[in-house]
Amino acid sequence: MLHIVACIKQVPDTKIIKMNPKTNTMDRSSAPAILNPYDAHAVEEAVRLKARYGGKVSVVTMGPPPAVKAIRKCIEIGADEGYLITDRAFAGADTLATSYSLTKAIEKIGTMEPIDLIICGKMTIDGDTGQVGPGIARRLDIPPLTSVNKVVEMDREAGQAIVHRKLEDGYEVIQTTLPCLLSVEKEINEIPYSTLPNMMRAARYQPVIWSVEDLGIVDRTKLGLKGSPTIVAKVWPPDKPKGGEMLQGSSEEQVNRLFSILMNKKELFHKSGATEEGGVQ
Amino acid sequence: MNIEEYRGIWVFLEHKDGAIVPVSLELLGAGRRLADKRGVPLSGILIGDGVKGLAAEAIAYGAETVYVYDDPIFHHYRTESYMRAVIACVEKYKPEIFLYGATSTGKDLASAVATDLATGLTADTTMLDVDAETGLLEASRPAFGGNIMATILCKKDRPQMATVRPKVVKALERDPERTGEVIEEPVELREEDIRTKVLDIVRHTVKKVRLDEADIIVAGGKGLGGRVGFEMIGEFAKRIGASVGGSRDAVEAGWIEHSRQVGQTGVTVTPKIYFAIGISGAIQHLVGMQNSGLIIAINKDSNAAIFQACHYGIVGDAFEIVPMLTEAFDQALREEVKHG
Repeated sequence: MLHIVACIKQVPDTKIIKMNPKTNTMDRSSAPAILNPYDAHAVEEAVRLKARYGGKVSVVTMGPPPAVKAIRKCIEIGADEGYLITDRAFAGADTLATSYSLTKAIEKIGTMEPIDLIICGKMTIDGDTGQVGPGIARRLDIPPLTSVNKVVEMDREAGQAIVHRKLEDGYEVIQTTLPCLLSVEKEINEIPYSTLPNMMRAARYQPVIWSVEDLGIVDRTKLGLKGSPTIVAKVWPPDKPKGGEMLQGSSEEQVNRLFSILMNKKELFHKSGATEEGGVQ
Repeated sequence: MNIEEYRGIWVFLEHKDGAIVPVSLELLGAGRRLADKRGVPLSGILIGDGVKGLAAEAIAYGAETVYVYDDPIFHHYRTESYMRAVIACVEKYKPEIFLYGATSTGKDLASAVATDLATGLTADTTMLDVDAETGLLEASRPAFGGNIMATILCKKDRPQMATVRPKVVKALERDPERTGEVIEEPVELREEDIRTKVLDIVRHTVKKVRLDEADIIVAGGKGLGGRVGFEMIGEFAKRIGASVGGSRDAVEAGWIEHSRQVGQTGVTVTPKIYFAIGISGAIQHLVGMQNSGLIIAINKDSNAAIFQACHYGIVGDAFEIVPMLTEAFDQALREEVKHG
């Protein structure tokens, strides 16, 4: 029986977040909070491994109380238990402080039931770093494996697993000791529609909620803003491009105009590197 | 921590197939500029099996010192072995700034190293500067899906680390006359201390062209409506020798594979020509293609943000425009064949 812990985060949907043009700040109320899309694949993979080998899937997140919603989404996918660590002391954490806090929570979960595998999404869509997963692995002193796009096998008795790590032009087959931490690619699985029993369970589900006090011995200087070596010194809107020339006329006239523009820059079509298939030389 | 003890700029020299990868050479260029501004040396750290010869290459691109860890234990990149070499070297020589390419290897390694050294790491940096007086690295990056740019500082811990995206800074001209020092470091690792093994490396037999190396890209978005739209732009791309890319929406809809996603959570591309077809131009897409040489946008919606980011725009139905454009190229090709 495997015990798998998936680390997740609730994030604003950055795809539809709006900027306040006056203050150049993000209008967070414009974007719904969602389960980080990469983490959904991490949870799905954990659920699949549970189906294959038997066991239990716990999810853990750090965030404000509304993050319970993201945990419920994981229950919908098929997770068994959820843990939310929430405390003012965690606020303002960068990736180093975040990996510390989550590690404390994972250690506590592990005292109740030993952990065989930790799974994270590749990165979050708000921080975009991918640094927290490997950070947790280092703190727990277990092997971190990033860019994982397949779990070939897990052998809990032998304490070993085999996974594929994605490379730019292929993949590598890695044997690792267990426990280990995997950061998984989106392509590792497809998330099916939730089953009705899972949805019903999710709707009612109340996760375990811990504050700093519940986490045992914690070095408070390593939490939140205080425990974060990096600070955001300045935030500004990206340069607004000035806009291009809009071609006028009928479709045919526009196409002809574009074609002549391109033909006047014919040198751009000369190849310097590899291309995919044949074509204009 | 006495940050005064930390001095010099470092670049992690990633290599593949017997050559230093382009982003590491670019970082030597950026590192040179930072080092000169600070009046400190620029060094590279090179780890691998039989890689010592590459040190001269790093010097030709601007490094003054190259620390080399050359041992069979480093034959394949593995987080644990490489990380230990890097940490040993940092503890020995104490650099103030340490840059890595934001590749999968660079990001993997830097994340682990930063945790053990308990120092700050900025991910996916696109702009780098240093304050000559304070020595603070100003690492700027897009955040929140590219909706904002943020400058990140690491004031109290050293080294200040950052992963830097490929193609955002320039390499120096290669100059074999440059001189520098190669220092071979002792390797005190044993295979049995490393908990992972690379059993096999499988390369795709069909050589996939990497989007970030393509000269011409034809990219499609939600406006293409489905796979049929992608077949259409694929046809156009084939005609002009381009690679096909897609927006996040198109990838999430499953019309094109994730490896071809252009944007903040995909690939950053700088082709000579970029066609954005049926792409609205969400900021997270723009950050991934805005440095392209010539940007051409085709979209039904005249208010689409992509028109602010393009050089030439056509407001119209892609299903009408693209086949016409394909035909125009076809005709030109036929003419060319005819006239030799």
